[in-house]
Amino acid sequence: MNQLTTTRQAKLKELRSRMSWQDVGPFAAVIALMILGTTINPTFLSAANLTNVFTRSAFTGIIAIGATFIIGTGSIDLSVGSMAAFNSGMMIIFMNYLVKTWGASWAVILAAMGLSMVLGAVGGLINGFVITKGRIESFIVTLGTMGIFRSLVTYLADGGTLSLNLSMRGLYRPVYYGTLWGIPIPLIAFFVVAVAGAVLLYKTRFGRYVLAIGSNYDVAHYSAINVNRIRTLTYILQGICVAIATIIYVPRLGSASSTTGLGWELEAIAAVIIGGTAMKGGSAKIWGTVAGAVIFSIIGNILNLSDAISQYLNGAVQGLIIIGAVLLQRTSKDQ
Amino acid sequence: MRRTIVVLTVLTLFTLLIAPAALAQDKVVIGVSIPAATHGWTGGINYWARVTQERLKNTYPNLEIILVTAGSAAEQANTLEDLYAIHNIDALVILPFESDPLTDPVEMLKMQGVFITVVDRGLTKEGIADIYVAGDNHAMGRVSGEYMVEALGGKGDIVVLRGIPTVIDNYRFDSFMEVIEGTEINVLDWQYANWNRDDGFQVMQDFLARFPKIDAVWAQDDDVALGVIEAVKQAGREDELFIVGGAGMKEMIKRVMDGDRLIPVDVLYPPAMIATGMEVTALRFVSNASVLGEYILDATLVTPENAHLYYFPDSPF
Repeated sequence: MNQLTTTRQAKLKELRSRMSWQDVGPFAAVIALMILGTTINPTFLSAANLTNVFTRSAFTGIIAIGATFIIGTGSIDLSVGSMAAFNSGMMIIFMNYLVKTWGASWAVILAAMGLSMVLGAVGGLINGFVITKGRIESFIVTLGTMGIFRSLVTYLADGGTLSLNLSMRGLYRPVYYGTLWGIPIPLIAFFVVAVAGAVLLYKTRFGRYVLAIGSNYDVAHYSAINVNRIRTLTYILQGICVAIATIIYVPRLGSASSTTGLGWELEAIAAVIIGGTAMKGGSAKIWGTVAGAVIFSIIGNILNLSDAISQYLNGAVQGLIIIGAVLLQRTSKDQ
Repeated sequence: MRRTIVVLTVLTLFTLLIAPAALAQDKVVIGVSIPAATHGWTGGINYWARVTQERLKNTYPNLEIILVTAGSAAEQANTLEDLYAIHNIDALVILPFESDPLTDPVEMLKMQGVFITVVDRGLTKEGIADIYVAGDNHAMGRVSGEYMVEALGGKGDIVVLRGIPTVIDNYRFDSFMEVIEGTEINVLDWQYANWNRDDGFQVMQDFLARFPKIDAVWAQDDDVALGVIEAVKQAGREDELFIVGGAGMKEMIKRVMDGDRLIPVDVLYPPAMIATGMEVTALRFVSNASVLGEYILDATLVTPENAHLYYFPDSPF
């Protein structure tokens, strides 16, 4: 009896230490990279630089929060980067149209934000609907919509660039460049989305269903979980995350073209995996995803701050650091 | 009676089918094959190809211009076959996606007697192109470098944002570096910005964080330059430096025209070169002008004085 309790306690203890490392791993990698950055160039730690780095991580970070849910169910969404480009293009066209009648006002911006949210949700709904009702692999469906959204923005821009009306730019600019209590607004948005994601994933029935579907699809199905509905909802959630990212992206450069958001899908998926979420689903780490997005941004920054490494090898160094970060995290976990 | 009707109908149909073909015989058909509009510069190529198509059609009624776009080198090779087999083209104006994979397909047309005009990217085999029109990547780097030396008085610290690692980018960069070699201009660092606005913004943010004093930026491309402008504005360092882009995007030409201190000049690598190729090809069929040969367009330095000549508000680029 006594012995049994001790083994159980030992097991619990072991489990707890595993859990904690899994959660701490990505943050340890962030700190390690920050030390590396400072050693390479002390400028790294300057307030201006750190603000840049964290603010930049907000776009892919917010998208990656949505991706955490999708990957949590064992699916994938490749269309997010193109969807962001399409959303940006639509927002700009819509604002340029409204400004003619409404004048440059916040009402125009709010209307465009609303449009972005609707487009994101509808885009996600289409992805989710085709995947679940059409019984097609999410990889194929979202590969398809990735191409569709990308060509739509190219078409809207006539192959060139869509630029936001100048008077609107001045008004909208603070949404990216402005600060609240000294903190850049994109960072606040990133934090709010992350908290909302954490609550949704860890504290609600929806979150538990997401992970249940990811760990075992059939069991979830036989447990009377409406699998199709939950999966479709994760895609809608992803679309809304893309919409939020778009809303803070547009005021940065005030333009959208066919190269907007190129490769964001891979960065978002990588951030999720680096953060400790399993590619096959069943476990998901919101705060790990946040750390993963920051890691990505720091690596790019360090490469720009140093001239020790040949620029021709930037991609290789980036690849090595990513693999290293995940390796460090996984091997430590197994010990 | 019934038989007569059938015969008449068949004859009428036959004439209807033959007649346009017979008429088409008198027309000269020029096929134009260009890459689909996937970024700003190719968007400009598409715009100028369409504008020139209209102009040539209206000016010379006996010319027929068929414009096709392709999303990849392989697709472009297929469209060439269609142009010859279906439209029976007399001349081809092509801006090849890539030089190597399109050399053979173009040579096939050449052997069928089609007149060949190549724009921008040359073929890898000599003697195929009757006319070759291109911008000058070496000159683009050289002109940018010469302006830099002049504007800085031969002395200062600059940063360079390069394009996508390609031969074109190497030509521009090497020629630029040759010009500033021997002057007291110091390149603090260079990074690839992939001819992309977002990359231009991020790389410039990092350069600004890293270097307390930057006298000038060579962005090489107007899209990158737009990203650089935002980063410089964010850091509040507009008064310390100027930016030299390149290509001839209308927004940048406008800034030069308006005397923007940040963007004092621009260096042309004009998408309107496709128009040059089409116009010169048309001349071969509508006039007795001598047109065979190579046309290398200047990398013109756009200044506030001449900017109005290069400002096309209707173009998407």
